[in-house]
Amino acid sequence: MAEWLEQIQAQFELNFISDDRWRYVVDGLSVTLKVTFFAVILGIIIGVCIAIIRSTFEKNKGEMPFGFNKVVLYLLNGMGQIYLTVIRGTPVVVQLMIMYYIIFASSNNKVLVAVLAFGINSGAYVAEIVRSGIMSVDDGQFEAGRSLGFNYVQTMRYIIIPQAFKNVLPALANEFIVLLKETSVAGYVALQDLTKAGDIIRSRTFAPFLPLVGIALIYLVMVMFFTWLVGKLERRLRNSER
Amino acid sequence: MKKFLKGFVSATMVFAMTAALAGCGGSNEAEQPAEQEDSAKETLIMATNAEFPPYEYYEGQTIIGIDAEIGAAIAEKLGYDFKIEDLAFDSIIPAVTSGKASFGMAGMTVTEDRLESVDFSDSYATGIQVVIVKEDSPITSVDDLFAEGANHTVGVQTGTTGDIYSSDDIEGEGLGTIDRYNKGADAVQSLATGKIDCVIIDKEPAKAFVAANEGLKILDTEYAVEDYAICFAKDSALTEKVNGALKELIADGTVQAIVDKYISAE
Repeated sequence: MAEWLEQIQAQFELNFISDDRWRYVVDGLSVTLKVTFFAVILGIIIGVCIAIIRSTFEKNKGEMPFGFNKVVLYLLNGMGQIYLTVIRGTPVVVQLMIMYYIIFASSNNKVLVAVLAFGINSGAYVAEIVRSGIMSVDDGQFEAGRSLGFNYVQTMRYIIIPQAFKNVLPALANEFIVLLKETSVAGYVALQDLTKAGDIIRSRTFAPFLPLVGIALIYLVMVMFFTWLVGKLERRLRNSER
Repeated sequence: MKKFLKGFVSATMVFAMTAALAGCGGSNEAEQPAEQEDSAKETLIMATNAEFPPYEYYEGQTIIGIDAEIGAAIAEKLGYDFKIEDLAFDSIIPAVTSGKASFGMAGMTVTEDRLESVDFSDSYATGIQVVIVKEDSPITSVDDLFAEGANHTVGVQTGTTGDIYSSDDIEGEGLGTIDRYNKGADAVQSLATGKIDCVIIDKEPAKAFVAANEGLKILDTEYAVEDYAICFAKDSALTEKVNGALKELIADGTVQAIVDKYISAE
């Protein structure tokens, strides 16, 4: 037993202590967090915009009179559809490489490229999640808002979106957990995120166990913390129900 | 009742099979060292990463190259059968230390980190690490990389000696940053689009990359010269034997003939 412990300790020293290898992990963790944080924000912005366009289209396409507004709405909805099809139809790692090697060929700000790639990717999934939330709120709620004198935007802002948000929170949290772990492919464009940090250490020490299990634990702890946070938020939001 | 019996019988069978399987696993583990030596007498398994011309690469379905031929010559001299396993470069040493392969031969340089896990044979070839830059690059010699106040972004392939050396003498000294790509080709791609200032990589693949991409050149001075060697599990009985065979093959000119066949022929 003691021998086993000593071995682990020696492995730990080799993989994380000697040559300051823990620096790779700390730097990688900060890159992963940075990319995830900004990609989540970008994803929410894109997702909510697309969701509102798509659900407005779904709800109003029938009764809207032909005119400028209708043409714009059709156009916006069409663009949203194309965006969803392309983004959800291709793997995120391919999108990341297209971003890095083709679209932003002249930029070497890898964090920015990764934020854009992951944010735009996440936006497509968030859009459908939020749309399902908006569509799930009963039409009566909308009619009530309008008859109280709210205009369309106000009804959305004060009545529909808050209820929709509560409905989609679990699915949204799920999406962000997936996004956090998806950033592990950032190593493809030489961005040194947490997973790449493990790879670099592995390539120096040839000991796969601790670098891999170590970073797996870090991801796990991050996701557990995030899940706990979302659970708290869910409970808070439920206060208004009864 | 019948149904119950059927269920009982199948459950018993599943249990028995599981137990048998578990038994296999146990005994396997115990006997592995002995078994290994036995099989090693018949076939030498060489672990390599066949993406490194001209040392090892695929031609059709077979792996050829300098390492492949020298490995085969050694096996022949020692009277073994010979087989090549293609692995990721960073899986070669784990394969050798765990006994899945008899030795590793993949244009591998002797480094202190690697010596902690494996033993190396005598050197059988020399590898040269070169620097690729754009034709109009301000970097004109390797010394520019180490000039005072230098701040270059250097592309390398993760885990190669170019990565390990430059992490130390460029990044470690604050003379620039290292971009670690999964493939050498990705690093060269980034150089071609101007994302990074230079790429440090082995000479032979470098030649191929420069030939394939317009506007790139290899600096005249080399970044590092290194000795390639064969790696073995620690304290393997094979090390001595292979060293003996290697000495003879170098003495009778076989090794040089193989190297010439792949490199000087151009």
